[in-house]
This record gives sequence, C-alpha cells and structure tokens, in this order.
Amino acid sequence: MNKREMKKRIYEIDFAIYELVLFLDTHPTNRKAMELLCEYRNKRTETIAAYEAQYGDYISTIKDVPATECWKWLKGPWPWENNFMEG
Amino acid sequence: MWKYEKKLQYPINIKNVNPKYAQIIISQYGGPDGELGASMRYLTQRYSQPFDEVKGILTDIGTEELAHLEMICAMVHQLTRNLTEEEIKASGFDKYFVDHTNAVYPIAASSLPWRAEYIQAKGDILADLHEDLAAEQKARVTYDNLLRLIDDPDILEPLKFLRQREIVHYQRFGEAMRLTTDKLNEKNFYAFNPGFDTKVCKKK
Repeated sequence: MNKREMKKRIYEIDFAIYELVLFLDTHPTNRKAMELLCEYRNKRTETIAAYEAQYGDYISTIKDVPATECWKWLKGPWPWENNFMEG
Repeated sequence: MWKYEKKLQYPINIKNVNPKYAQIIISQYGGPDGELGASMRYLTQRYSQPFDEVKGILTDIGTEELAHLEMICAMVHQLTRNLTEEEIKASGFDKYFVDHTNAVYPIAASSLPWRAEYIQAKGDILADLHEDLAAEQKARVTYDNLLRLIDDPDILEPLKFLRQREIVHYQRFGEAMRLTTDKLNEKNFYAFNPGFDTKVCKKK
C-alpha cells in the first residue's frame, strides 16, 4: 500500500469504529457490536503503527507523538489543506 | 475534554477554487442548520439528561459534529485559496472578503453570523430529543439543496458523506427517543411525565 492507500485504510477503520460507538450508545448490550469494536480497535492500532513506522509522520492523537529529535506534530500538510492524503 | 486527531473524518481535496460555492457551503458551518450549531446543541443539552444512553449519544454525536464543521471549513478554505482580485469581485465574494479576507468565519449563506438562538437546551428530555431529530432532518435538507446547486465531484463526495451522517444520527436519536419513552410511565407514554420534574428542582 502507498501512503494515500494506507491513510485511506485508517479513515475506513475509524469510520467503522465511530459507527459502532454510536450504535452501542443506543444498543449497549449488543455483543456482536462490542466484538466488532474490539476487532476494529486492534486493526487501528496495527495499521497506525505500520503507517508511522513507514512514513514517520503522525495522524493519531497528540499523546502518541514521541518527543524526540524535533516536535514532529507540527509537520504539514494539516488536514484541511490540499493533498493532505498524499502529504 | 477532547483530544485532536490530525485528520478529517472524510478526506477533502478540492482542485478547482470556486468562491460562489464557498459562499453557499459556508451555511453548513455557521448557518441555522449548520454543523457548529449541531455540535453546540448536543454538547450543551447533555448536562440535564436523566439517562446514561442519552448522555452518551449526545456526547458522541456532538463530538462527531465538531469533525463535520472541520470538514465544511476545509471545503470553504480550499474553495477560496489563491483567488485573484477579478475572481473575488466577479463572484460576489468581495462582501465577505472585506470583513474576513480568506479566513473561515461562521456565517449563513445569507451572511448572518452564527447565533446561539439557532439552538435550544430546554432541560426536558422529550423537548430536547424532538429538537435533535428535527435538526438532523433540517441539516439533511440543506445538504440536499447544496447537492442540487453544485456540480464538482470533489465537493459532491464529501457532501454526500455528510448527508448520510445526518440520516444515521436521526436513526440513533430515534432510538434514544424510544429508550426514553420506554422508561416513561405507561399512563403518559406520549411526551409528558411530571416525574422528571421532582428530581430536578424541589419545591419548598
């Protein structure tokens, strides 16, 4: 997968997670949804780790950005800018 | 509290600038049925809710709406970048430009700035959930109208995604309404239960 495809995969996983979170709010005892949520959260952790290892920029929350060398959180493009998926 | 994810909920990369489109899309940021109002409405209504499911759904949908207003702002930003003087004047964008240059400021398409009067927090779960269901439908209609007026696929795809989210949120609020009415006294199932009042505010 290239950078764009990998980012797209993370977007898809996050979409599934958010859908499951909203569903569980009104179906709090649904076991199937809870299992799926665990599955997608594991996929997210793996995919983001692979992405960050390969490309060295960070799209997960600020708490995951290591404070080494320089503060990589600042590296653009930012999400609202053109070509963010490729950048 | 909130943590920032350095990504949009759905990618936006608009290749052609178009200040005319920006001026109508901005209504879904600061307009009467826009995403800013949606987010503020749900996050504000949370505090007076009696049930955990409703506190949860208002928190999670209210948070998603923040991601939606970021998407709308990204669209407006990308549609108004690197404009020439001629483009600014010819598109009617000059009236916005004079006050905000190319910043993204929350106004309606009709130029009225965002107002707290667009939202309500009534302190009554049935009144609030009815407002929320209506709000999702009104936002969906606004997206339908935008989809009719725009013909650039770079803009249409994210707008269609956002329209779909209004429908999902309507479904979830409908379920929250059902969970609420299930908990009401069967004798006044239809939207009136003085039992809620006694816990909120005790009479002397």
